[in-house]
Amino acid sequence: MTTIALNINGRQRQVDTDPATPLLYVLREDLALNGAKFGCGLGQCGACTVTVDGEAVFSCLMPVSQVGQRAVRTVEGLGTALNPGTLQRAFIEEQAAQCGYCIAGMMMRAQALLDHNPSPSDAEIRRHMATNLCRCGTHMRILRAVRRAADGEGMHRT
Amino acid sequence: MNRREFITSSGALIVAFAWRRGYAQSAANAGEQASGSQLPGSLKTQPLLDGWIRIDADGRVTVFTGKAELGQGIKTALIQVAAEELVLAPDRIALVTADTERTANEGYTAGSHSMQDSGTAIRNAAAQVREILLGIAAQRLSVPRAQLTLDNGVIHGSGRNVSYGELVTGDVLHVNAAPHSILREPASHFVVGKSVQRVDIPAKVTGGAAYLQDMRLDGMVHGRVIRPPSAQAVLKSIDTSGVERLPGVLKVVRDGRFIAVVAQREFQAIAAMRVLAQNVQWDEHATLPAPDQIYDFVRTAPSQDYVILDRGNTTVDTSAPGVKTVTASYRRPYQMHGSIGPSCAIAQFVDGKYTIWSHTQGVYPLRKAVSEMLSLSEEQVHCVHVEGSGCYGHNGADDVAADAALLARALPGRPVRVQWMREDEHGSEPYGPAMLSSAKATLDAAGDIATWRYEVWSNSHSSRPGGAGDLLAATHLAQPFTPTPPKPIPQPEGGGDRNAIPFYTLTNAHVIHHFLPQAPLRVSALRSLGAYMNVFSVESFMDELARAANADPVAYRMRHMQDARALEVMRVAADQFGWTAFKRRPAYGRGFAFARYKNLAAYLAIACEVEVLRDTGELRVLRVVAAVDSGEAVN
Repeated sequence: MTTIALNINGRQRQVDTDPATPLLYVLREDLALNGAKFGCGLGQCGACTVTVDGEAVFSCLMPVSQVGQRAVRTVEGLGTALNPGTLQRAFIEEQAAQCGYCIAGMMMRAQALLDHNPSPSDAEIRRHMATNLCRCGTHMRILRAVRRAADGEGMHRT
Repeated sequence: MNRREFITSSGALIVAFAWRRGYAQSAANAGEQASGSQLPGSLKTQPLLDGWIRIDADGRVTVFTGKAELGQGIKTALIQVAAEELVLAPDRIALVTADTERTANEGYTAGSHSMQDSGTAIRNAAAQVREILLGIAAQRLSVPRAQLTLDNGVIHGSGRNVSYGELVTGDVLHVNAAPHSILREPASHFVVGKSVQRVDIPAKVTGGAAYLQDMRLDGMVHGRVIRPPSAQAVLKSIDTSGVERLPGVLKVVRDGRFIAVVAQREFQAIAAMRVLAQNVQWDEHATLPAPDQIYDFVRTAPSQDYVILDRGNTTVDTSAPGVKTVTASYRRPYQMHGSIGPSCAIAQFVDGKYTIWSHTQGVYPLRKAVSEMLSLSEEQVHCVHVEGSGCYGHNGADDVAADAALLARALPGRPVRVQWMREDEHGSEPYGPAMLSSAKATLDAAGDIATWRYEVWSNSHSSRPGGAGDLLAATHLAQPFTPTPPKPIPQPEGGGDRNAIPFYTLTNAHVIHHFLPQAPLRVSALRSLGAYMNVFSVESFMDELARAANADPVAYRMRHMQDARALEVMRVAADQFGWTAFKRRPAYGRGFAFARYKNLAAYLAIACEVEVLRDTGELRVLRVVAAVDSGEAVN
């Protein structure tokens, strides 16, 4: 067990854990954050996607010891159910979930895109989102939700 | 929008339904005994109104369904159904889903039966509850019933009012349902038929506790199972000494071929599982057909043959002038459900009783199977449905619940969470069966279908529990349980033969279902069972026949159809697609298909435009138009 300091959703957090533990398990078990999901543990499905210094990463693959002081953001960092952020509002408005298990990962991948490119083309959205899998078939709504969030320029983006 | 605005904007402040007499449910007559079979939907299995709807003194309304949310949105739709008949804002209603100690036993949440069975029960129960309360209110307020109005759980009359909560005293709702209900007029619906936002989505997009995977119980520990690498693998040796010393490891559990490790923290359990897997030796023998021999297996495996349609005479003189014969065959491989979240369960054994939190599709059947596996009475097992990821049928949900129960038995008192790894799900879940079909038809001189012969070969499409032997872990125990022998799901719903009988008008037709009890893999229910293989076959074959008849494929389908609703979805899909005006050009094509699910439920016609990328042969779907007639749409 090692004490590791992390910057999660803008807050300093400390955890005692085996440094080899993937970030996913630290987020879920030590920090009780539900957003990042276990899907494959192999970096193949994207359900565990979070952003680290604005880049989308598979939290199931990244050992917690390698995160350092880089800013980790999970879907909890985008807003709350009572006060949802732009992207969250867009996913609610488009009802962009069936089972929803992939959605938090989808949103963090989308957030990484919007952070770099606030006005992506539809083709850029498709290309960027292709990494993450949805098994229910919600793809068109997910793409519409990302489009809606991108088009909401001038709105407060959390 | 607040509750009042919601109700006001819905125009339902004044209740607009007709106060027909006849079957009016007063408190006195609602308890009349109805024979179960006369009751609508799942009221047949749970006739008591308060088995479906309870109202507390403070006006809180709770609706109970035996069906489970699987990502299909039924929580929202069932709340809408109840809200409509109770004339309440949907957010006044709490919904409890499948739970063996709280809800009706509605079997499995499968086969598009939730709205049909549970929705119907809730609609009728809610209407009868409303009528009972109006009857009591009329007495309480000394106002004739016809002069009462209803506004979001408050009944008004002669300037006075009384709330649902005040009216529900004693056992007024603890009565059996009547066979008929006074349902609100569809024209006055304020919430049924509206696009209400799903109640579960806000938590899912903000990191709220939305899934079983998000449950963190006090003292919870984590289990992982080391599965036999193949179904028949024999355990040769196991060395647990190294694993037991690993950090956080609480216990190695072994019972026959069931091997598992439980650790304090989740990643410790994974690390221990990996080490333990290295220290187990198995004897394996190849039992699976080679991938290129799967269809030989399907074609030649012992079969039970069922003639499911024999109409007219399908023997025809093919040498007669103008007669054309067309044949085709189709196939489908074994398919996994591939849920995005592998199966997960939590079990806890306290004071001789197990509680199991599971994303099973059937809490009651799971309770029966687990209690048999643990040699307990069913009352000693409590199964609670909590959402997992979409399952699309019988995946590992029940199996992982059995794993968790076995580990909870080994660590009494501790909640044990078992999360299958991706490889557990893909390696152990029951697959949707491989299938073959073969079609042969003759066309008369006019190109119409004179005879139709169709055969379909398939393993079973349901190995759901059932008994303990239908739980994977129970088949691995030192005293193993045997899986329930597979049997076909009868028509009209069917299993491998679901939708094998064409919905088209065929004068002479013969359809055979070859049911194959033996399977090289675990097989079970996957999305519509045999329907999409049979629909794919029938619809592809209709295209072949249209071509042989030199006819337009849409027109050809329509001339073999008499059902008005089927004709209408075909017409709408073709019109909206622009079928007749479609311009042909190289590398672009179009397609059309029709089905009525199970020949009993929703109608669909679909038209699509596709492009072939000539360099690669890849197909790109450019445009799809679907026309659906699902009957009454709740949301």
